[in-house]
Amino acid sequence: MSVMGLLFVVIASIAATWLWRQGVLQAPWLQEGDVAGYSGRAVAPPPAAKVGLGVFLAVAACVFSLMTAAFFMRQSSPDWRTPPMPGVLLLNTLTLVASSVTIQMAHFAAMRGARERLEAWLVASAALSLLFVLGQLWAWRELIAAGVYAAGNPANAFFYLLTGAHGLHLIGGLVALAGVIGRAWRERTPATLSTSVELCATYWHFLLIVWLLLFLMLTGRADALGAICRRIIS
Amino acid sequence: MTDLTGRTEDAAPPAEVPEMELFHAHSFLTKYVFCQDAKVIAIQYAGTAIAIGLVALVLSWVIRIQLAFPGAVALIDAKAYYQAVTMHGMIMVVYMLTAIFLGGFGNYLIPLMVGARDMVFPFVNMLSYWVYLLATLVLAASYFAPGGPSGAGWTLYPPQSILTGTPGYDYGIVMMLASLVLFIVGFTMGGLNYVVTVLQARTRGMTLMRMPLTVWGIFAAAVMALLAFPGLFVACVMLLLDRTLGTSFFMPAIVEFGEHKAYVGGSPILFQHLFWFFGHPEVYIVALPAFGIVSDLISVHARKNIFGYRMMVWAIIAIGVLSMVVWGHHMYVSGMDPLFGFFFAVTTLAIAVPTALKVYNWVITLWRADIRFTTPMLFALGFLVTFVNGGLTGLYLGNVIVDVPLSKTLFVVAHFHMVMGIAPVLVIFGAIYHWYPKITGRMMDETLGKVHFWITFLGAYAIFFPMHYLGVLGVPRRFYELGETAFIPDSAHLLNVSITVIALVVGFAQAIFFYNLFASLKRGKPAGGNPWRAASLEWQTPETPPGHGNWGDEPPIVYRWAYAYSVPGAPEDYIPQNEPPIRGEHSS
Repeated sequence: MSVMGLLFVVIASIAATWLWRQGVLQAPWLQEGDVAGYSGRAVAPPPAAKVGLGVFLAVAACVFSLMTAAFFMRQSSPDWRTPPMPGVLLLNTLTLVASSVTIQMAHFAAMRGARERLEAWLVASAALSLLFVLGQLWAWRELIAAGVYAAGNPANAFFYLLTGAHGLHLIGGLVALAGVIGRAWRERTPATLSTSVELCATYWHFLLIVWLLLFLMLTGRADALGAICRRIIS
Repeated sequence: MTDLTGRTEDAAPPAEVPEMELFHAHSFLTKYVFCQDAKVIAIQYAGTAIAIGLVALVLSWVIRIQLAFPGAVALIDAKAYYQAVTMHGMIMVVYMLTAIFLGGFGNYLIPLMVGARDMVFPFVNMLSYWVYLLATLVLAASYFAPGGPSGAGWTLYPPQSILTGTPGYDYGIVMMLASLVLFIVGFTMGGLNYVVTVLQARTRGMTLMRMPLTVWGIFAAAVMALLAFPGLFVACVMLLLDRTLGTSFFMPAIVEFGEHKAYVGGSPILFQHLFWFFGHPEVYIVALPAFGIVSDLISVHARKNIFGYRMMVWAIIAIGVLSMVVWGHHMYVSGMDPLFGFFFAVTTLAIAVPTALKVYNWVITLWRADIRFTTPMLFALGFLVTFVNGGLTGLYLGNVIVDVPLSKTLFVVAHFHMVMGIAPVLVIFGAIYHWYPKITGRMMDETLGKVHFWITFLGAYAIFFPMHYLGVLGVPRRFYELGETAFIPDSAHLLNVSITVIALVVGFAQAIFFYNLFASLKRGKPAGGNPWRAASLEWQTPETPPGHGNWGDEPPIVYRWAYAYSVPGAPEDYIPQNEPPIRGEHSS
């Protein structure tokens, strides 16, 4: 539950800061016409799609942290047996890191308006992500071949659940990315694409962070991470 | 205080967002069926929610008939009874109340009240409705599946919900879980829209603190729903895996009919945590929009600004935050650590503070106001009384030692029906009577409306008030048949019969409302643009009903808050939000 608590503290502080800056302390009945103290915006407001993605990421973070909270609650029982981790997972992790890097490069290319390079980076990132998904499936195959079934032990079930949920999110991202690549192909001006590519990049980084945390957790290294955090705090 | 320069264009803050490109319908199909206009989607949402709500109403009669006349109707056996209880609860809470407040009123009112042309992601908004419809159909279809729908109770607690002894073990429970997953996916699409529209698409001058409380309520509820529904989502997915793949997330090692099941070591309590992590915020997901709408109804029909607007906003936020940390009070009887029980009791009672604050503010708004007893106002007042009633019994049940003996009795049924059944439904009726003129351009009949109000209001009390008494007597809830029980006197059985008869009468009396709703489409008095002489933005549209894009050529500019009623010195007893200020006028 501390996972959920942490997430909510983060969300609540973002919301509180925003409310404060939007003037939630003002007395509207005194303000006719001009809004006293209205700060206005020095810069253009973010596009709606960006805010929308931000809200969606909060929802997705909620889903993952609830699963994580369930994982930790369940883990404390004595019958928990962490399944043997297929070696391919480490390779997958590197692939996902690479795909995150390439999509960031695509974003840079889009900002500079380099169309050919943008297309190349986007395709590279999509290919790497696809490779990651295939690698995850390979890991599942290896586990099943080794007799590690979802019905066997709760640890196994959580492994399939968490990797499956993460993989589905990535596949959803790939669908969106395919759309962006299609548009990059058709449209001559990459400037209009910049926002879409940036959204993809944000989503990819989010899924990378989720995966890194899941990876630590599933391989049983989360306790070590927790110990480090506790040492930093104390 | 106010600096009235006369340059009205400059007097409002700059626009938050550029003009948006609108989707334009070209055929009948895209205009009325696969429509991306929030106003049409709102009607689709509300229509579907009311239709499935009527199914749940009929199911409540099934429950009541069995309770009053056990065994009198041969069709209602124990299996059918539990299926009716389950489906009634699930439909009313999730598929009716959540959908109508957020999908219905949210879609219609948010863009109009903040001065937007439409939701920010119209396509996703349309998709949201169709996924919701699919979810509803899957749920309804479980009645036609072999074995019927699930009879696990609306909380779907494992292990019993997926064991063979529970009705609907074969298909019902799977369809129920699948339908919930769909609902949540659909809702998330809609919820993103509601939140981002409020964040991004407010018109010039519509600062956060000038939004009507209806928008605040729906906005806060949408944020909460986005954060709480994942709890139900995760619980449903994991329970579905337990049922279909034989995993043991929630299923402990268990012997059923002498047979060892393959499950090992799952935790049923974990399901309860996940379920109620959604389940409690859900109460406020329904209540907050109702709070907001009631604030507006009271202010408009009492011709007075809402008292303590800022407090009302802060209370909405405080309730939203607090309600995320009270879910444990649904689990007092699960044998939790007393320390947790203490924590959850404290947070639960703490919610009473912002809630009571809202009630005081409503009452003070009414104090010495120019109250018009219109139908919407009657429903708003009905809500006020009912909500206080339900809230007070909530204080009883929030205490661990009071909850434990009462938890399995009709007292709990009475409590939650008062607070999240009757109270929000009264608001829904009031809101429909209030905004119907804007939606259709015609008024609903006042006399029929008042008859409908009094039957519904008094009837609801005659149904649920005695249930408190039955609960204190110890009459258990969920039981198919009470049989011969020493501690339940004959008078209690008589009371049960009277409750059932009144429930049937009140249920059928809703026909008055539906007659009024449909007959007024043709025969209602033409309403004009602003029949209630209200100040908020949705009443200032150039056309009634609002056309596509809501605002004609120019979106409105907002100069003041939504509650400028009976302002001293003003020519009318209300000043619309978009009326430019005049130099030197009513500066305070």
